[in-house]
Formats: sequence, structure tokens, C-alpha cells
Amino acid sequence: MCTYVTQKIAIEGSGKGATGWFSVSQATVYVDHPVHAQQEHTLNIDFLNPSIGPSARVGLELTEEAALALIDAIRAALDSAPAGLAAAAH
Amino acid sequence: MSEALTAETITITGHGGDEIEAYLAVPTGSTAHGSVVVIHHMPGYDSATKEIVRKFAANGYAALCPNLYWRDAPGASPDDAAAAGRANGGVPDDRLVGDVAGAAAHLKSLAGANGKVGVIGYCSGGRQTVLSACSIQVDAAVDCYGAFVINEPPAGYTMKPLVDLLPNLSSPLLGLFGADDTFPSPEETAVLAAELAKAGKNYESHTYEGAGHAFFAVDRPSYRPESATDGWQRVFSFFGTHLTAGS
Repeated sequence: MCTYVTQKIAIEGSGKGATGWFSVSQATVYVDHPVHAQQEHTLNIDFLNPSIGPSARVGLELTEEAALALIDAIRAALDSAPAGLAAAAH
Repeated sequence: MSEALTAETITITGHGGDEIEAYLAVPTGSTAHGSVVVIHHMPGYDSATKEIVRKFAANGYAALCPNLYWRDAPGASPDDAAAAGRANGGVPDDRLVGDVAGAAAHLKSLAGANGKVGVIGYCSGGRQTVLSACSIQVDAAVDCYGAFVINEPPAGYTMKPLVDLLPNLSSPLLGLFGADDTFPSPEETAVLAAELAKAGKNYESHTYEGAGHAFFAVDRPSYRPESATDGWQRVFSFFGTHLTAGS
């Protein structure tokens, strides 16, 4: 199925896309058909900067297990560093 | 049939008079051909969809696929354009209908066109095919596993079912589904058949055992060659019946 629900958040940071590094300002997260992964559905994440254009994108297509493991890994990495070390205001 | 064709990227006038990109394939030397609007799936106006456009031309039809994400990302690669379209909230129903109407008008204007136009779409394009055939006059429509035609989508989804529009269906409809699909499930497609029968519409369908969603997609693990081959035969038989001159 094609899903129509997209989680969309504002973010701050940088990503490396097809033409090199760029600032990212938005992330969309959704479950839908992947373009490349050989799965019927994947958890997809797009890191975007619409002000640069649609090609300013870092895309990920992950299995559900991989996506959940990634959440845990992100939390573990943040927890293992001093609180606020990577915060925008730091 | 020689299967000779010409394919190219063109500009057509879509919804609201917008100029949008589209991919056109025309059978070589045609003097009286039917036409088909191909609605691409949600992942985009991609190579696999363009291959479908060429397949119709190789089989004697002029076929045209409008790039539904052109406004979101002109000139971008199909995957980037699909991501941008999703981030912008997806393809609105009224815009879709306008773009399909523009594509149909363009096909009718081509030399050799016999005036008959069909619509086919896959996945989200299956629902959009039913939406189009209930909104504008076409001569045949093929819904390949479109979900949310009958059932309400889960909470938070923006798409609306099309049940109330079904009495407006302007053409015969062919539905091709997988028995293992859950969106749409066989229960949902059975209700579609009942609703169309109630409305007195010309409808035929086939549900393939051992196939799920996207069984036509040759580049995906969901591909089921036996179902897809039979499905293509049904598509060409259906369009052959309804898109030939005088039909």
C-alpha cells in the first residue's frame, strides 16, 4: 500500500547528499514503498533543505527492525555524552 | 504488430492551466490509435513507469504519463521529486484530476488519435484512476490495487474514500488485485464490486491468488510474473474492447 501519513519536523544540522555537504532544515519520516531497498515497505527518512532545492536530500530506507535499533542507538549515543553537549544552544 | 514507437518528454497543460512535464510514447505510423493516460505510483514518475508507457505504445496505443510532482520539484530526479511532493503534503485530488484531464486532452489532439482515452494507475494511482474516471469523461479505466477507494484510511491519513463518487463512474472499469494484499484487501474489493453493481456500472475484476500488492512491479520483490502476465493480457483485452474506434 501507499501510505499517506508523513511525520514532518524542523531540524538543525548538516547532511551529505549527492553533491556534498549541505545544511538540513527539515526531516520527513514515513512508512511506504522504498525506491532502492528490496522490501515492499520500509521506514523512510528524508533529510531535506527545501530552500536549496529537491535534490538537497539525504534519504534512508530502513527495515522496521533497523529503524527501531537506530532509535535506541541515537538515545544511547546521546545518553553516553554529557547532557546538552550536542544541543543547538551549546 | 511492429512494436515500433517514438517516446519523448513533453510539456502539457495540466490543472489550473499549469505547464507540467509528461512522458509520451506513440506507436510509429499509427493512423487510428486509442490512447491511455498512465498515472504513476506514489514513489514517482520513474523509469519503471516510463517503461509501462512504452509498453502501451509498443502495443498500439499512444500513452502519456503526467509528472504529478512537477510543481513540487521541476527537473529533479524521480526519487527526490517524490520526497519533495510528500513533504509538501502529497498530490491533491483536484489537481490530480486536472492533470489527468490535461493529459487526456493532449492525447486526443495527437495525429491519428481515434478519440478514445483510457486511464490506468498502480497503487496510489489505482485510487487516482477511479477518482479520474468518476470525475471526467473517459472510455475505460483500470485500477491496479488502489487502496482507500472504499475503506476509510487509518486515522491521520488525508485521503478520502471514493464511495460517494462511484455513481459518477464515466466508463467501464477493470480492477486487478492480489489476494494477499491488505490495502486493498479482498474484502474491500468485494464491496467495490457490490457498490458498482448497485450503481449499474460496467465492472470486471480479477484477484490473483499468491499475489499481494504491486505484483506488476518488475523491479520489486512483490513482482509475480504469472499474475502480471495474465494481468497485462486482461488490460490489453479490456482496452482493445473499449478503446478501438466505434467501440
